[in-house]
Amino acid sequence: MAPEYSTTGQGAGTPRLTVHLWSGLRRFADGQDAVEVQATTIGGMIAALKSAYPALAPALDAGVSVAVDGRIIAASLDEPLRPQNEIYLMQRLRGG
Amino acid sequence: MALDQRKTDFTQVGTRPNRPDGLDKVTGKARFGADITAPGMLFGAILRSPHAHARIKHIDTSKAEALSDVKAIVTRADFSDAIKPAPGLEGEQWNVLENVMAGDTALYDGHAIAAVAATSALAARDALKLIEVEYEVLPHVTDVDKAMAKDAPVIREGAADYSVPEGMHPNVVRYHESGHGDVEAGFAKADLVVEEHFVTEATHQGYIEPHACLAQLGQDGKGELWCCTQGHWYVQKNCAALLGIETSQLRVTASEIGGGFGGKTTVFIEPVALALSRKSNRPVKLVMSRPEVFRATGPTASTSMDIKIGMTADGIITAAQGTFRLQGGAFPGAPADMTAMCAFAPYDLKNVQQIGYDVMSNRPKQAAYRAPGSPMAAYAVESVIDELCRKLDLDPIEVRLKNAAREGTKASYGPKFERIGLVETLEAAKAHPHYSAPLKPGQGRGISCGFWFNHGGETSVSLSLSEDGTCQISVGTPDIGGSRASMALMAAEVLGIPYESIRVTIADTATLGYNDVSHGSRVTYASGLATIKAAEDAVAKLSKRAAVKWGIPEDAVKWEDGHAVPSGPNAGNFDPMPLAEITRDMGKTGGPISGHFEATPEGAGVSFATHIVDAEVDPETGKTAVTRYTVIQDAGKAIHPTYVEGQFQGGAAQGIGWALNEEYIYGEDGRLQNAVFLDYRIPVASDLPMIDTVIVEVPNPGHPFGVRGVGETSICPPLAAIANAVSAAAGVRLHALPMSPPRILAALEQQRAKTG
Repeated sequence: MAPEYSTTGQGAGTPRLTVHLWSGLRRFADGQDAVEVQATTIGGMIAALKSAYPALAPALDAGVSVAVDGRIIAASLDEPLRPQNEIYLMQRLRGG
Repeated sequence: MALDQRKTDFTQVGTRPNRPDGLDKVTGKARFGADITAPGMLFGAILRSPHAHARIKHIDTSKAEALSDVKAIVTRADFSDAIKPAPGLEGEQWNVLENVMAGDTALYDGHAIAAVAATSALAARDALKLIEVEYEVLPHVTDVDKAMAKDAPVIREGAADYSVPEGMHPNVVRYHESGHGDVEAGFAKADLVVEEHFVTEATHQGYIEPHACLAQLGQDGKGELWCCTQGHWYVQKNCAALLGIETSQLRVTASEIGGGFGGKTTVFIEPVALALSRKSNRPVKLVMSRPEVFRATGPTASTSMDIKIGMTADGIITAAQGTFRLQGGAFPGAPADMTAMCAFAPYDLKNVQQIGYDVMSNRPKQAAYRAPGSPMAAYAVESVIDELCRKLDLDPIEVRLKNAAREGTKASYGPKFERIGLVETLEAAKAHPHYSAPLKPGQGRGISCGFWFNHGGETSVSLSLSEDGTCQISVGTPDIGGSRASMALMAAEVLGIPYESIRVTIADTATLGYNDVSHGSRVTYASGLATIKAAEDAVAKLSKRAAVKWGIPEDAVKWEDGHAVPSGPNAGNFDPMPLAEITRDMGKTGGPISGHFEATPEGAGVSFATHIVDAEVDPETGKTAVTRYTVIQDAGKAIHPTYVEGQFQGGAAQGIGWALNEEYIYGEDGRLQNAVFLDYRIPVASDLPMIDTVIVEVPNPGHPFGVRGVGETSICPPLAAIANAVSAAAGVRLHALPMSPPRILAALEQQRAKTG
C-alpha cells in the first residue's frame, strides 16, 4: 500500500524517515548513528529533529546541508522527502 | 529542483570564441576597484595594530583631527550603536564587525584600530601618525598546535560553539567528526599501515588587485558603494548591518575584479569607507596597500594533520583515519569540517574516520581560498597513499583505481555518490603520454587525486531582447573566471542567435534580485542554469508572439535554431520565423520580451581531478623545478573549453607556489615578517612549466547542459602531486609545506647524515 503524505506538520499520516547523522552529532542524539522522524520535506524534517532531539538544535540552527540520494541540498527547506530516500545530514558547505 | 530536460548536442556550447571583456582589459578601459572616482572625493587610510595581541586602553585622535586636511576619523565607537544584525548574519556579526574595526582588543598584527579620511592620500597617511593609541600588550600565539596547548593565551573566551566537546582549550572553537565502519578492525586487516604527521603554512590567495572601494553614504541612510568583490549582495547585507541602515538603501556595484579565489567573499574596508563618508559627508575612497592585504585580509588556514592508512599487499585500503587541526586566525571559521569531509572523499572506504578542529590564534581571520581545506587534506592523505604504494611496490594509479569512488559508492562523509567522474580522470591519466614518458636522472613523478563539493546558491538572471534581435543578460555574479563568455554561449545555444549578439552585464544590487557570492565554483553552474532557464522563458514568449502573428494556437509553435516553427496538427503551413522578425514587432504583439529566472539551484554535483607532475630537485641548492605538469579534471561539460583549461592551469600554478615557496612567516613577536611580494614569493613565469590539460566530461545530472564547477577542484591535487614528485626525485619525503630550498636541503642533509 502506498504511503500517505501530508503536506504540513507531522500528523499521523506523515511518513517516517530515517535520517543519518554525521558521527559528531551522535552525542546529541542518544548515541545513535541514525534517527527516525516524521516529515515530508527537509524543513519538516529539521523541525521534527529539533522536537525529538532538542540537543541537536544548535547544530541544526547553525545550518546544515542535506544529502538526498546523494544529491546535496545546501539550502532548500521545501525539498520533498520520502521514506525510501537515503537522507544524510551534512555540515553546511562553504566555498572559495 | 528537478530538471525537465538535458541537452547533450550543442552548436555553440563547447566552442572557443573571444572573451567579450578582453579588449577592455588589455587596453585599460575596464574599471577595477581603484579606478572609480567621484567629485569631492576624500582619501581614506587605516591605522593598524603593531601588536599580535593587545588591549586597547585609550585612543586619542585629537592631534589628527586638528589637521585642516582631515575631514573625518572613525573608530569602533562609530559602529558600536549600529549592530543590528541583518537576517542570516546573527551568528557571525561580532566576527565580521570585530575584524573590520577592533573593539577593546587588537587580535592580530594589522588589525584595524582607527581610520582617517583626508583631502589626499598623503594627508590621510600623515594623519594616522598623529593618532595616539595606548596598548597593553598581551601574550600571543600564532601556531595551531601551540594554540591548542593547555597554557596557550585565550584569544576570545566563549567563542566555541556547541560542537566542541568539554575539556578542550577555549581556542578550539569548532569540532567535526564523521566517518563510518570500524577503523581499528580495518587497520588489523591491513598488510601495511602508514601513519604520518604533516603541517602546512598559511598562504594568501595572491590576487593581483588589492581591495579597493569608493563609498558614499549620507546622513539619511542612503548610499552607494563601488567595490572590488566576489559578491556585492553580501557586501550590501554586511555593510548595511554594520552601519545600521536599511539594506535596500545601499546600492552596491561590483567593479571588474583582479582576482579573488575566495579572498574577496567578505568585507574588510567597505564598512570603514562608508562610516568615513557618513561622518565627512563626502565620498571616500579606500585602497589597501599590499602589506595591508597580507596583514589584514584572509590567507588560508595553516594546518597540523595526522594521517593513518592501512592497505593490503594488493593495494586495497582497509581503513583510513585523519585528524586535521586548522588555524584560522583570531575568529572562528577555519574550514576544519570541509577539510575533514574532503580528505578521503575520492575513495570507497569501508572504515574511515575524520576529525577536524577549528582553532583560533593571533593571526588575521582566514578566508576561503579555492576549495577551502581540501588542498591541505589531499596533501596529507595522498602523500600517505603514495608512501604505501612505494613500500608495497604498487602502481599509484592502479591503486587509486582499485579504491576509487564511483556512482553509488558510500562517500567518506556519509551519503552515496551520484554520477561522478573520478575513474574517468584516472583512466585518462593512465593513458596520457605523460604518465609513461621516461624521466631523466634526478627527476621524480608524482600523482594525486583531489575532490571538491561545488555549490549552487541563490541566483537571479534577467534577459531582455532588443528590437534588432540581439540580447542583453544581467547576472549578479562578478566575472572572475570568464562567466560573461559562458553565459553568452549558453544563452546563444538556447535562443539560437550568434554569441556576438549577446551582451552580458554584471548588474548592481538595485537592478536584479539577490545573488550569492561568486564562490564554491558555482557561477557557470548556477548562473548558467539560471541563464538557460531565463532564455527558455524568453523562447516561450517568442513562440507565443509568433503564434499571434501567424494566428495559430500557442502550442502549435516550437523553437528550432533561432526560429519559430509551426508544429503539430493544428499548425498552419508557414515558413520558419526568425527571432529578429518577432522582436522587430514585439511592441505590437504584446510589448517587450524578456526572460527571468530566480532560484537556489541544488544540483551542483561534486567533481574530481587527477594531476601528474614531474619534478627535479637540485641536491646542492634544494631548489625544485617542476618540469612537466598535466591536469586531468571532470568539468561535467566545458561550456568554453579555453576558460576551463585556464582554471585548470591557474589551480596548478597556485598549487606550485603553495607547495614550493609561499608561506606566512611570523616572528617571535607575532608580527608577519614577509608582507610584500618580494618576500612572499608567488610563482613567476620562469617557475612554471607549460601546464597540459585534459578535460573529462561526465555530465552533472543536476544541470541542463551537464556543467560541474571547475574553479576549485583544480587546486586540490597539486600540493600532494608535487610533494610525491619531489619525494621521488629527492629520495626523501618532506612532511611540511612549503618545500622551499632550505627545507629540502635540511631534509637531504639529515638523510645523508643517516646513511653516512
